[in-house]
Amino acid sequence: MTSFQGAIGSATRPVSAASRDAMRALVLRDLLVLRKNLGEFIARTLIQPFLLVFIFLYVFPSIGQSVGGHGSVRESAFATVLVPGVVGISIMFQGIQAVALPLSTEFGYTREIEDRVQAPCPISLVAMAKVVSGAAQGVLAAIVVFPIAAVVHAEGVEAHLSVHLWILVTLIPLASVAMSSLGLLLGTFFEPRNIGLMFGFVVLPLTFLGGTYYEWERLAPIEVAGVHWLQIIVLLNPLIYVTEGMRAALTEAQHMPLYVIYPVMVLFLAVFLSLGLRNFRRRVLA
Amino acid sequence: MSSVTAQSASPDALGGAAAMIQTSELTKFYPGAEVAAVDHLGLEVRAAEVFGLLGPNGAGKTTTAGMLGTRVVPSSGRAFVGGVDVVGEPARAKQLIGVVSQTNTLDRQLTVQENLYFHGRLFGFAAPESRRRADELLQRFQLSEWAGASVFALSGGMAQRLMVARAIFHRPAVLFLDEPTAGLDPQSRLALWDLVRELNGEGQTILLTTHYMEEADQLCNRVAIMDHGRILALDRPAELKRSLDAETVVVLRARGDGESLLARLRSAVPEIVRWRSEGDALELQVKGAERLVPRLVAAAEESGHEVLDISVAQPTLENVFISLTGRALRD
Repeated sequence: MTSFQGAIGSATRPVSAASRDAMRALVLRDLLVLRKNLGEFIARTLIQPFLLVFIFLYVFPSIGQSVGGHGSVRESAFATVLVPGVVGISIMFQGIQAVALPLSTEFGYTREIEDRVQAPCPISLVAMAKVVSGAAQGVLAAIVVFPIAAVVHAEGVEAHLSVHLWILVTLIPLASVAMSSLGLLLGTFFEPRNIGLMFGFVVLPLTFLGGTYYEWERLAPIEVAGVHWLQIIVLLNPLIYVTEGMRAALTEAQHMPLYVIYPVMVLFLAVFLSLGLRNFRRRVLA
Repeated sequence: MSSVTAQSASPDALGGAAAMIQTSELTKFYPGAEVAAVDHLGLEVRAAEVFGLLGPNGAGKTTTAGMLGTRVVPSSGRAFVGGVDVVGEPARAKQLIGVVSQTNTLDRQLTVQENLYFHGRLFGFAAPESRRRADELLQRFQLSEWAGASVFALSGGMAQRLMVARAIFHRPAVLFLDEPTAGLDPQSRLALWDLVRELNGEGQTILLTTHYMEEADQLCNRVAIMDHGRILALDRPAELKRSLDAETVVVLRARGDGESLLARLRSAVPEIVRWRSEGDALELQVKGAERLVPRLVAAAEESGHEVLDISVAQPTLENVFISLTGRALRD
């Protein structure tokens, strides 16, 4: 051994301790940025849910053009379907906005990621930190959105909510991590110049076919030759499990069985995360 | 190429001077590429030296720095920084490395001060200690008055200084500077050179990649001239220039046929050791400089070549590079 090894090589800290500090710093950084942009965060989190409930639960009933049938009973039934759907979609959008968009920029445009990965920890932890802070924002979004979804509506139109606490406190974090992992996958896949494609061909279909406006069960009548094709196709959409799960957590409305929702969401999480981490490594390492 | 010998793979084999960087047979093939970007590179950078990798774009400098910095995965060979295997233990090696890359990688969401503070946190500094060192570095790098500003407010030179401050924050064993002055205005370049000298004066080991021969000449204790992924020559800048065996480089422009002019000059001035023509100019490397200009001019004019312009200079690393490769650095 030469002298420098004693002085330098062994002066390093154990990788586990260094990684823990690095991971904490990465998440702290994201939370500081969130705090700095809190107004922006709330605005971007609320705008879509607000518009959804405003149009569907206020404007439509007020002009007698309601979705889900006329009369306050039918309208309220639709509100009961929509409110959990809106919470679900907000969680998904955090995955896009808190993870995919910043990552895409840091990779393709500002190259900030190049410095971030010099952190003294395995590269995958840098990506994991993004998923963690994205998930935290997903949880926050769900909390922020809920009052809006429950409060904005026309007279006589009211969602019938009943909170199932244990489902709520397990499903929201799970859904947030899964959607944040989706954000990792999308953010490492799409270049900044292709972000429009991502919205057009990924985000939009997920949104409209994600069960925000309807229960999955209700898609059954759409069939060709006895095949409930739409019902089957949307099973590939991770959002459907989130919105159905929120229905289970927030209402007495019908929903997919929980023994399907939980495992499938875990499965999506695992797939998104492993593909996202693989992409991340490929983009970072040459 | 015989001037460079591969070093042993094991840092144990190092005798005498401490090596901060050591590579052996380090090789990188990029996917789909037929030639190696870095080809069996053996390198040894000593503690407290400024070591320069000099070469044209595509010579393999940045790839070499990338492999040492853990960003590029070698195809084969080994590399150690501070005695830590960068391939086997990249996470540990990163504790010993500070990187200033070619592009601005500052965190756009954070202020100038926060960029430093979070770097400290990233490297395990506790909050108060990180804040203290951030302030200390801001002061030292004359960025204090920008502490609370967005990094968007910084000029190119200031952003570069902040990146250097960030890279040395955790007191790395080796500071990597990848083309640090590319795109900087002349004044900022000089300021950065001063900074490099100052850091090195405090014992900081620095690996610098550059394609500015002047930068390598000014800053580096030793320079490895690279081309096509290999080291063509490695020595102190003065030694490299001495290896040309010419004290003077003359550039001469004259009317008339270049071939006959060259023949005439070579017979009149036998001290000419190397020559090449570039456009309508002749570049001559000459050993000894006794009455050189009058003799050259006289010889040219006697043979009917009207001399338009003549300049005399000392050899540069550019001349060394050309003599090694037959090409100019910027080709």
